[in-house]
Amino acid sequence: MDIRVQDAPFTFGEIAQEFASGHAHMGAIVTFTGVVRDSDTDDLDYMEIEHYPGMTEKAIETYANQAKERWSLGDVLVIHRYGVLRPGDMIMMVATAAPHRVDAFQAAEFLMDYLKSRAPFWKKEVTADKTTWVEAKSEDEDALSRW
Amino acid sequence: MRLMYFAWVRERIGLPKEEFASDASTVLELISELRQREDRYDLAFSDMSAIRVALDQELIEDLNTSLEGVSEVAFFPPMTGG
Repeated sequence: MDIRVQDAPFTFGEIAQEFASGHAHMGAIVTFTGVVRDSDTDDLDYMEIEHYPGMTEKAIETYANQAKERWSLGDVLVIHRYGVLRPGDMIMMVATAAPHRVDAFQAAEFLMDYLKSRAPFWKKEVTADKTTWVEAKSEDEDALSRW
Repeated sequence: MRLMYFAWVRERIGLPKEEFASDASTVLELISELRQREDRYDLAFSDMSAIRVALDQELIEDLNTSLEGVSEVAFFPPMTGG
């Protein structure tokens, strides 16, 4: 299990390649990457992500362990950035390795749903004329009920 | 105990963290104590449906949870990770 909470950018291809290597018994590798999306009016200057050092790592580890209990997984990787990010920047990635694809896909989705509304990160959007804290969406909360 | 504030809760209160001596036995009692301190606290906690609480870095659901043995209480809005 590899959990990284960092302000530095990461190179998706290299990390995915490294994660996917050396798993002779894992028939399925799933990766998900979240990217900063510009606003509908293309005016997002940057996004600032705040987190709760200590709790963030613990919370992600808890959910990664839950995923390992629920699905047959060989390995899990979660990277989540904080600090200033601009449109097009990669915010986070999840990778799962499993003997079969259903486990890898479901565990990745489970982790994404929990990272969204149970890991202590908060996003602030900054445009030329305003600063807004992103509000949690009820559908993100509802998504947890399927697990 | 140490109180921690994040995102707009931190902005409204004007502090990221502070030490606070409290006799409160539950989270709810602590919140009412804080609200009586100053307007900025009262404002930050005016809509409790928008506040989440962690005790020693564990999220709790019930505001009647006991504070016994707790050294760090964090208040923040619903999380927006991912």
